[in-house]
Amino acid sequence: MAAHSAVLSASKIMNPFWVGRLGNTAKVFGTTLIRHRNKTSLTPPPAKYGGRHTVTLIPGDGIGPELLNHVREVFRFTCVPVDFEMVNVNSALETDDDMNNAITAIRRNGVALKGNIETKHTLPASVKSRNNVLRTSLDLYANVMHCQSLPGVQTRHKNIDIMIIRENTEGEYSSLEHESVSGVVESLKIITRNNSIRIADYAFKLARERGRRRVTAVHKANIMKLGDGLFLQCCREVASGYPDITFDSMIVDNTTMQLVSKPQQFDVMVMPNLYGNVVSNVCAGLVGGPGLVPGANYGRDYAVFETATRNTGKSIAEKNIANPTAMLLASCLMLDHLNLNDYASLIRNAVLTTMNETRLHTADLGGQGTTSEVVQSVMRVIQSKGQFTAEL
Amino acid sequence: MVLYRVLSSSPNKPANALQSTLLNMQETIREPMVQDPTQFDVLVMPNLYGDILSDLCAGLIGGLGVTPSGNIGANGVAIFESVHGTAPDIAGKDLANPTALLLSAVMMLRHMGLHGHAKKIESACFDTIRDRKVLTKDLGGNSKCSEFTEAICQRMKDMD
Repeated sequence: MAAHSAVLSASKIMNPFWVGRLGNTAKVFGTTLIRHRNKTSLTPPPAKYGGRHTVTLIPGDGIGPELLNHVREVFRFTCVPVDFEMVNVNSALETDDDMNNAITAIRRNGVALKGNIETKHTLPASVKSRNNVLRTSLDLYANVMHCQSLPGVQTRHKNIDIMIIRENTEGEYSSLEHESVSGVVESLKIITRNNSIRIADYAFKLARERGRRRVTAVHKANIMKLGDGLFLQCCREVASGYPDITFDSMIVDNTTMQLVSKPQQFDVMVMPNLYGNVVSNVCAGLVGGPGLVPGANYGRDYAVFETATRNTGKSIAEKNIANPTAMLLASCLMLDHLNLNDYASLIRNAVLTTMNETRLHTADLGGQGTTSEVVQSVMRVIQSKGQFTAEL
Repeated sequence: MVLYRVLSSSPNKPANALQSTLLNMQETIREPMVQDPTQFDVLVMPNLYGDILSDLCAGLIGGLGVTPSGNIGANGVAIFESVHGTAPDIAGKDLANPTALLLSAVMMLRHMGLHGHAKKIESACFDTIRDRKVLTKDLGGNSKCSEFTEAICQRMKDMD
């Protein structure tokens, strides 16, 4: 593993003349190492320079910048060996330069932490959603969200533990629309065999890795017989290769109904893009709201971490009332991805301990705590663990 | 991908002071609908989102056994139906909950302008459920469909 990364990083800084030769060496090392790896981690952690990782940081709009500042604050305090390379994306501009810079930076670093970039409805239809462009350019095909009931948060339903795997690159988000006749718009929903098999395989591998027993495919194949029918068929094919995991399917409208009445019945769910958007938002609402759940986008070569429900939170920006939990937990997911598991556990436990304090709950949880109070509490808990830290 | 949220006028405002808000579907589903659905009044949306949201809301109010619906076309042509399926496993056994179809019939009466009758049947039905003495299995009781219906009819007789 170390040899593989070392060769990769060396090849990056060396003259292109040598890259071809070193590239072959990397392939030899790579195949040997991959055979020994039994994890799903399809994306190897990127190269380290001097023991520190560099991660691209995209603040985005709304509450993104302030929450990511808090993440940096906590990382600095905990002496996490991560350096952030900040790339700003101005959502008001129509040109793609900002996005291209961001994508290049992520390609360079391999990992990113981002806030949501606002998609202004006033820009012409030809300007695609920036977040979408990022996901498709980097082929971050799996959006993974783990919804768990938190002990310190009061919700109507308890004991929820659902993993949602959402296809992230095609489906209804293909941005292919046309208006051949004025007043009649046709939108294309794209479902491909390759991407469906890929996401189903990811879901089953992840389920097996985490010891989960059941995978449910969510679809609307009774209406979209070809589109969702293909998706369902691909899931069934992949399921046959995992006899230890139960596979079933459920129509999306029934799924949302079951989610709000008996969410405990679900284990792992896999679905195309739009249904993933709907189901993940419903589940976020079930466990306490958008301020609590982190999300991750994985591709073969890159990983981008953000809040699960991808809100800009424009109305609460810069008021010190946003809930930093989701973003902090997303940064923990990122640390796990970088194999800095000790730091991840430390920060995660501190966040969950802070969540138990009802008086620190922010407005979205029905409390009156401020963002900075929550972050200060997290840092105090980290300090109390006796870890070497910077000054508060 | 947008939903219009139309808020009904508050008692202090005149009846025509309706407000409408454009809502991104994400904000609608996640935060409000599951956490605080009471802030919504009327929602209008395209087909697929309607399919999803209507089942979601049915789940919030007690399930498909109590959810009525109507399909309105041009020139007042309409079909009213319950949202649930055929339930072949309990068919013919006098176990089903008639509330969904009954309330759909109430919607039909309103559509036809028979508001008095509609109000009467609806009140009788709601009161029977609120009473909790005669409930079908899906609502937690063990009464038969015919017993539930009889209770509603009795209430309506008592109203006269």
